[in-house]
Amino acid sequence: MKTLSYQTFKSQTSPPIESAVIPEDDTAETLSPQEPLTKPPKTLIIIPAYNEEKNIGAVLEGIQKQSPGIPVLVIDDGSSDNTEKVVRQHNAKVISLPYNSGYGVALQTGFLYAVKNDFSIVVQMDSDGQHDPANIKDLIEEVQKENCDVVIGSRFLSKDSYKTSLARHAGMILFGAIASLFCKQKVSDPTSGFQALKERAIQFIASDNYPPDYPDADFIILMNRCGFKIKEIPVTMHASPDKESMHHGHKTVYYVFKMFLSIFVTLLRKYPKR
Amino acid sequence: MPPRIQIISILICVFLVAYVFELVRRKHLSEEYSMGWLITGTSMLILSVSDDAIKWVSGLVGATLFTSTLFFFGLLFLMVICLHFSIRISALTKQVRTLTQHVGILDHEKKVLEKKIHQPPWQAGTSSLEQI
Repeated sequence: MKTLSYQTFKSQTSPPIESAVIPEDDTAETLSPQEPLTKPPKTLIIIPAYNEEKNIGAVLEGIQKQSPGIPVLVIDDGSSDNTEKVVRQHNAKVISLPYNSGYGVALQTGFLYAVKNDFSIVVQMDSDGQHDPANIKDLIEEVQKENCDVVIGSRFLSKDSYKTSLARHAGMILFGAIASLFCKQKVSDPTSGFQALKERAIQFIASDNYPPDYPDADFIILMNRCGFKIKEIPVTMHASPDKESMHHGHKTVYYVFKMFLSIFVTLLRKYPKR
Repeated sequence: MPPRIQIISILICVFLVAYVFELVRRKHLSEEYSMGWLITGTSMLILSVSDDAIKWVSGLVGATLFTSTLFFFGLLFLMVICLHFSIRISALTKQVRTLTQHVGILDHEKKVLEKKIHQPPWQAGTSSLEQI
């Protein structure tokens, strides 16, 4: 049975609605003679959210304050609370998935949207308030530089970030060390979901290569093997206000198993250089 | 092989094959998925009916009891069928995931279009978080 690919989907559907259907609304797409010839890169902030009605409002307000003018797309991952309503109240775009599909699927949906609408830079961040919106501009500045496709915000390069639990820290150190070994560069925070990506890296995430559950050290190794340039910069991360980590309880055991297996098969596969 | 276990085994295999055919006839089971069950049922039936076949296979795998051979191959077929189903479920999960993403994006685009169609031109401005 053949899987419906995104390219098929893209070719079968109309051009990006926001830019093509009603051109008179799309003032950002046309340059007037007074404007500079080089357009700023089309940037999108993607936030996957699941039952985050308490935190998402503050995150959106923070983004509006720190990075005004950058559109925000929240992927509501089948929340049972009022997450979608809160996002709409803050006038951000929201894509609602029909049921809870997991962090990776929600995130990839945002990247599919970004590819479809020709965004050249994407910043991904969490909806629980852990990531400081003040760092968004640092990530965007860094990813715009040459020889850089992905910028990862690392909590361990910053002195201001919160301290994680001992077990979690040990896991991060272990998988960070494995990622560093195979990437031949220092990867201090492989679990960070605060990242900026550009162009081909965005298309790569929108492809079938993306791990659907939780992209982590395995995906960093995969991107490195495919020739993408990865950098880390210090960012501030706050402790999550009222939630446990994605990897808690029995999920920790699955996470460790999945990560080792995924890294192993990633190293066995052959990937074309980009 | 003791006659009692031979009769039970033949009855189970005949019932399995007949039931799979009936499920296919009623369209409760597709031809694609019936293949594994029919191969399993028929093979086990041949082993149960033919003494020569079970003797030869037992000698091949080194089993001293014919019933052990039957259990061994029954288990082997079930393992193959389970693995086949795991592969199919993985493919289906991937397809459902892709469809879910596309449904979400298309629904969002539908809402954007509806909003633009129903919105008066003088209210066309968007906030900074919304302008995509």
